[in-house]
Amino acid sequence: MSAVYALYPDGDSAGRAVNGLRAAGVSGDAITVITGEPIEHHEFFETDKATWMWYIASFGGLVGLLFATWLTRMTELAWPLKTGNMPIVAWWPNLIIMFELTMLFAILSAVITLLVTAGLPGRRSKIYDPRVMDGRILVGVADPADAAAVERALAGAGAAEVIRN
Amino acid sequence: MSEASSRKLSDDLLRPLLETSWRFYALVAFLGSIVLMGLCTWAYQMYMGFGMTGINNPIFWAFYITNFVFWIGISHAGTLISAILRLVNAGWRRPVTRCAEVITAFALMIGALFPIIHLGRPWLFFWLMPYPSERLIWPNFRSPLVWDFFAITTYLTGSVLFLVLPMIPDFALVRDKTTGWRRRVYGALSLGWTGTPKQWHRLESAMSIMAIAIIPVAVSVHTIVSFDFSMAPVPMWHSTMFGPYFVAGAIFSGIAGLIIAMAALRKFLHLEAYLQPLHFQNLGKLLLLMSLLWAYFVFAERLTIWYGNEPSEIAVMYVTQKGSFAPLYWTMVVCNFVIPFTVLSLRKLRTISGCVVASFGVVVGMWLERFLIVVPSLGHKYLPYSWGVYRPRPVELMITVATFAAMTLLYVLFSKLVPIISIWEMKAGQHPTHAPTPAVARREAVLGETHA
Repeated sequence: MSAVYALYPDGDSAGRAVNGLRAAGVSGDAITVITGEPIEHHEFFETDKATWMWYIASFGGLVGLLFATWLTRMTELAWPLKTGNMPIVAWWPNLIIMFELTMLFAILSAVITLLVTAGLPGRRSKIYDPRVMDGRILVGVADPADAAAVERALAGAGAAEVIRN
Repeated sequence: MSEASSRKLSDDLLRPLLETSWRFYALVAFLGSIVLMGLCTWAYQMYMGFGMTGINNPIFWAFYITNFVFWIGISHAGTLISAILRLVNAGWRRPVTRCAEVITAFALMIGALFPIIHLGRPWLFFWLMPYPSERLIWPNFRSPLVWDFFAITTYLTGSVLFLVLPMIPDFALVRDKTTGWRRRVYGALSLGWTGTPKQWHRLESAMSIMAIAIIPVAVSVHTIVSFDFSMAPVPMWHSTMFGPYFVAGAIFSGIAGLIIAMAALRKFLHLEAYLQPLHFQNLGKLLLLMSLLWAYFVFAERLTIWYGNEPSEIAVMYVTQKGSFAPLYWTMVVCNFVIPFTVLSLRKLRTISGCVVASFGVVVGMWLERFLIVVPSLGHKYLPYSWGVYRPRPVELMITVATFAAMTLLYVLFSKLVPIISIWEMKAGQHPTHAPTPAVARREAVLGETHA
């Protein structure tokens, strides 16, 4: 396993590096970008934005709603005891349980989707440098087919140092 | 942001984790001893029986349920405020959100403990949970107490996740900035976070979904707590306005709790550069708004009861305003309205100290408000032969004091183990695209100079 990467001080130079790598024939999926914080309004950071998380959370909420409907109705019918002159299946109070479980399942679905799609928990990426936590932006390629071309592209974007490991 | 300022920000906000003075240990020992005394008192109450409390016929709810409602109210500081500020993308929220979200998590845990303490036989708590017992008797979903269980469980789960998820990138930062056991522990907590665009986008999506979901849940929680009262035909409880009244009161006390916590963090952790006068100014304005809203609800409630002139309700109203509860009632009015209105409506007084003074008043006032909702109504139900008197006993006082110590202790320990201000969010806020407009920057600079 090998990797070639460089650290950049700002989004503009990191953007140039990503463009340089693409120009050198490296596919977008093979380029690794790592930042210590989200960096908006840079094209290289806009990758992988599309997600099904909203739909999955909505579906999770629907499952919660159906589960709560089943739970409240089933338990009320399992021991049909008249309480406070309410009907056996009392929809007004049941709505509260249905609302809470809808929200709970939606939240849990969103969190599970986050963990699965973001690869958490997982092993750290092949390319990593703790200096990203000081505001630098890492751009690199793991297992490059043409390491020399990658090095040239990274250096051409203004990297002070290109690291190969 | 430049590498130097990024490093400075990390160093400043990681300092509380890496440097420990003797004062920290002394404070933990002091608070821990109070919490231990509280636990011993609870054990004593369990051993001796519930008769050790001042609770008696007809006042079956008193200090413990007051504390339950109070702490659930305090919990509204965090997640709700943080979620709203996240959704409206308020830039000034960045140093505030985690301080606030922690309050929610701990206050909910403490609040949820009180119904269990109040059970007398707390080991039977699991009867509230929906599970098929050997006789297939399920909890009665038509009971407001079961609604509480579901509402608090959902809110606590959501709030803890809402707090923990944005901590993952900061755990990764601590992992990369430390050595030894810290590196191993925070490495495990960071779940292998690296910071790829995909991870950041997923985190932001999850936080947006949770922010949208958690706001109605937060509102529902205190509405459902109010249903514990308003579903009962008890004088001054059986009211349709109890839901919004409780929610407004909860947000009110929650903001006050947040201001106090932020002021303490600012002073003791030396976070003056991050928790600035602007944050206190903004929260102070919110507190003023909630004070006015609280006064409006109290006026609407009291006017309706006075005008209706229903004897049982008038009896409760007058015992609070003119009778034995009058000192507590008027203290509540002063603490919840007179002090915050006076201090926060005058710009000169809306300083950090002014906000803290008003907030302490509100915390005291809101605890009294909860007490005055619970006890006078139960003590003056309909026919005078069934009226009763309640006096708290030492066990209740000790357990109440211990929960305040527990809240402080948990907060202190949290701020020792986790960056209390979200470092990555602060850094993201300092990127050029997030820089304030010149007018805002000028105003912030002026406020900073005036109130620093």
